[in-house]
Amino acid sequence: MAGGKEIRTQIGSIKSTQKITSAMEMVAASKMRKAQERMQLGKPYSQRIRQVIGHVANATPEYKHKFMQERDVKRVGFIIVSSDRGLCGGLNINLFKASIKAMKQWHDSNVEIDLCLVGAKAAAFFKSYGGNVIAAIRDLGETPDVADLIGGVKVMLDGFSEGKIDKLFLVGNEFINTMTQNPGVSQLLPLEAEQSEDMKHHWDYIYEPDARDLLDGLFARYIESQVYQAVVENGACEQAARMLAMKNATDNAGDLIDGLELIYNKARQASITQELSEIVSGASAIS
Amino acid sequence: MAMTIHCDIVSAEQEIFSGLVEVVIATGALGDLGIYYGHAPLLTSLIPGPVRLRVEGEEEEQVYYVSGGYLEVQPGVVSILADTALRAGDVDEAAALEAQKEAEQALANQSADFDYTRAATQLAEAAAQLRTLQQIRKKLGQ
Repeated sequence: MAGGKEIRTQIGSIKSTQKITSAMEMVAASKMRKAQERMQLGKPYSQRIRQVIGHVANATPEYKHKFMQERDVKRVGFIIVSSDRGLCGGLNINLFKASIKAMKQWHDSNVEIDLCLVGAKAAAFFKSYGGNVIAAIRDLGETPDVADLIGGVKVMLDGFSEGKIDKLFLVGNEFINTMTQNPGVSQLLPLEAEQSEDMKHHWDYIYEPDARDLLDGLFARYIESQVYQAVVENGACEQAARMLAMKNATDNAGDLIDGLELIYNKARQASITQELSEIVSGASAIS
Repeated sequence: MAMTIHCDIVSAEQEIFSGLVEVVIATGALGDLGIYYGHAPLLTSLIPGPVRLRVEGEEEEQVYYVSGGYLEVQPGVVSILADTALRAGDVDEAAALEAQKEAEQALANQSADFDYTRAATQLAEAAAQLRTLQQIRKKLGQ
């Protein structure tokens, strides 16, 4: 019975891998639900803050904040939101492909690029790919905090207000449903004000203490909340992608086990047949 | 029936309160504010402190603590955009420096050395929290 034992141990090891992948699939499924909830919870804030910024922009049209001014583009910033962990299919690779494609367009027109990386996978990728990384955020865990993002976002915002960066983009995965997650690039700065018709009549806020300071703070929080949303959405995408990848891995392990068991049984039967024919021919030789 | 306004308290991570209230009392950058129905449009920053709400049809006041943020008054609507994190110039600066250092570290090799910047940030955060607590305590007169 040639290789019978080897096949058995191989089947055993694939079975234990299958147990791990199916456990990971179930863990990812339950984490995905929580991540989706978190995604929904953050939405009212970014909607409200956008409304307030819209109001302010419409109320004081004579003062245009620097975050709303278009200027010549010499250098652009990218905030790339990836996951901290792997084993989630092509999620991160697709994201990096999309970011490289967007970056190449700017690169071709001689625009320089600064990067802010969220997640360990992006840091690892751009370490080998190259690129001018000026900020990195890692180890956000399952429940990211806005506080963890402030630093990295501030580096980019400071760059924009000092005139080092002329446009700021956010690259992140968009959660469409459990099966599909698409990488997307969206412009954060300069911000386009929503022109609403019902706001046309002249009115203004009472500002305490000062319109400029208030706007500075509001813009920083708006951008932070956008990045936070992207991080939370990416978290949901990560779990969904992992769930799918682990489901496929479990299925593939099942197929492998079936195939190996067939080979094993064939080998077993062949060895039994061989033994029998040996006994029969031995017996006939004696009689 | 008293005149009521709609009040929303939201933070980046969750919706904290939404409903009709008779009055909102918050700690603005230039002093305490009491907002009733018919208040003029106002935009102000908030400093760490309590936000008190007298909710329609309830005896007891509801109290929430915000560690800063913004308050917007529109006709009939009050929105409070609460910060979840403690915000101060030096803490933000430390966080920005940390993010830059993290970038350098991510590109160089990882070392298991004692992380000085992280410890410094944690210290700054703890100090800011302590300040807030002292302010809250002073405000409540304890």
